[in-house]
Amino acid sequence: MDMMLDQTSKKTAERAETGALSIRDVGKIYDPEGVHVEALADCSMEIASGDFVAIVGPSGCGKSTLLNIMAGFDNLTSGEILLDGQPLATLDRAPSPGPDRVVVFQHGALFPWKTVLENVVYGPVTQGGMNFSRASERAREMLARVGLNSIEESYPGQLSSGMQRRVEITRALINNPKILLLDEPYRAMDTVTKAASHQYLLELYDMTRKTIFFITHDLDEALYLSDTVHIMTSRPGYIKKSMTVDLPRPREYAMTTSTRFLEMKSELMDAVHQEAVKAFQAGEREMA
Amino acid sequence: MAISVAAKKPPVAVLRFKKIFKDKGKLRGFIAVMGFFLLWQAGSMGLFPFMKAIPTPVIVIQVFWDFLYQPVYWQSWMESFLRVAYGFIAAQIIGIPLGLGMGWNRNFKDFTYPLFELMRPIPPLAWVPVSILFWPTNETSIAFITFIGAFFTIVLNVLGGVSSIPKELVNSAVSFGASPRQIFWRIVLPATIPSIATGMMVGIGITWNVVIAAEMIAGNAGLGRLTWEAYLAGHTAGIIVGMVSIGVAGFVSSYAVKIISDWLMPWKKIF
Repeated sequence: MDMMLDQTSKKTAERAETGALSIRDVGKIYDPEGVHVEALADCSMEIASGDFVAIVGPSGCGKSTLLNIMAGFDNLTSGEILLDGQPLATLDRAPSPGPDRVVVFQHGALFPWKTVLENVVYGPVTQGGMNFSRASERAREMLARVGLNSIEESYPGQLSSGMQRRVEITRALINNPKILLLDEPYRAMDTVTKAASHQYLLELYDMTRKTIFFITHDLDEALYLSDTVHIMTSRPGYIKKSMTVDLPRPREYAMTTSTRFLEMKSELMDAVHQEAVKAFQAGEREMA
Repeated sequence: MAISVAAKKPPVAVLRFKKIFKDKGKLRGFIAVMGFFLLWQAGSMGLFPFMKAIPTPVIVIQVFWDFLYQPVYWQSWMESFLRVAYGFIAAQIIGIPLGLGMGWNRNFKDFTYPLFELMRPIPPLAWVPVSILFWPTNETSIAFITFIGAFFTIVLNVLGGVSSIPKELVNSAVSFGASPRQIFWRIVLPATIPSIATGMMVGIGITWNVVIAAEMIAGNAGLGRLTWEAYLAGHTAGIIVGMVSIGVAGFVSSYAVKIISDWLMPWKKIF
């Protein structure tokens, strides 16, 4: 299935091999002179190339802050992030967004005024690497491989949320990114759509072996999809506990009821529960 | 009585009726319009004392028919339409870029917004005297007042549209390598089109309100003037013909704006 990511230029072909992240003591303080909100403190993790990593934690714990820094939408206030050994975000170097780190958002960010095909070609055409017809050709090929060719001419508003996310992931993958950043992409979905979306994402992952950074607060989802689950503390966020998921790949839905899965889930739950209670109480204090 | 019988026995009559009004919504609208005319007729014939001076719809229709053969009637249409068109189009040409600019550039907004908010509450008709002093002809004055009527609405809508573009859309465009310029033309502009359409829709209505009033005050022709002159002449049926004409004119304009909006937003028309 490597063909899907066959690239015309050598440069991009090399890029596919990479995507190792090193997150070192990252801290983020919003408004240091004013309200002083510490979103992240000494947050560290190593992500190997091609790893599927899930980050779980209570709402508002700084998961999205970390993702936004990696995507280049925000800067950090201490520590550094390296991508394949090269500084991605440091104190002196504010990160800039790029097609090598595309985000798929919770509410989706497909352009509603563009058709599915136009959305998918947006990256390659904007970067100027391909003209519209070359890019469309490639996009069609790619959409066909992931089973979306029948909706090429539809507008995102005509599609279900599950379909929209699929298109969005395809739109990200056509840029041959080093990492795929997924910010609770399936949060608002019903169970059935969610399960189908999981299967789809796993298939894509098995095809491409991209590094995936997946934010969620659904423990089942985190365990079922990822190789490693990191639990983030409530604000300020750092990695409290990491767990290697030793379920074999390809993953199958039946695994979610296996004894091993349930063991891991209960271990995760303990850690997450403490943080959730902390976050809840902190929330109460803020309100009072 | 006949209706209740028909309701119990659906077949022929009702089916035929249903065929004409397949759409229940249209049927309801039709009933309401018919009911209105019936009430009007009854009212003018003495049911409502306050409507004593108002001619019945039958008379109005006869007078309307006569109007249709007078060149001055069509000239009035033309005059009013042109004024609306000039004012409305000018408001779009100046208002849309201004609203986009205010939403896009913080500094520009800081400069313009206070002044804009200071001028916005001034009703278009309060501009009439100044407008007459400003402009060489009555015609330009009325077009200017019409412009004022649509201008503030369109700017405010466009500004609101730009401000409410989801951050994710802009962020992902940046991730895909879009330059600020590309963001503006390819993301901000299309994302604002629905707000532009809303602004146009509201604006066209205000434009007609304003043009009619302005014509009554300062005009020498147009549908507003026609109505006013009918009043001065004590020609009651003429007043109503004028009013109905204004209603039809507004309706036609709104419909035209809707067609333009749909054409601008193919992704919205579908559902």
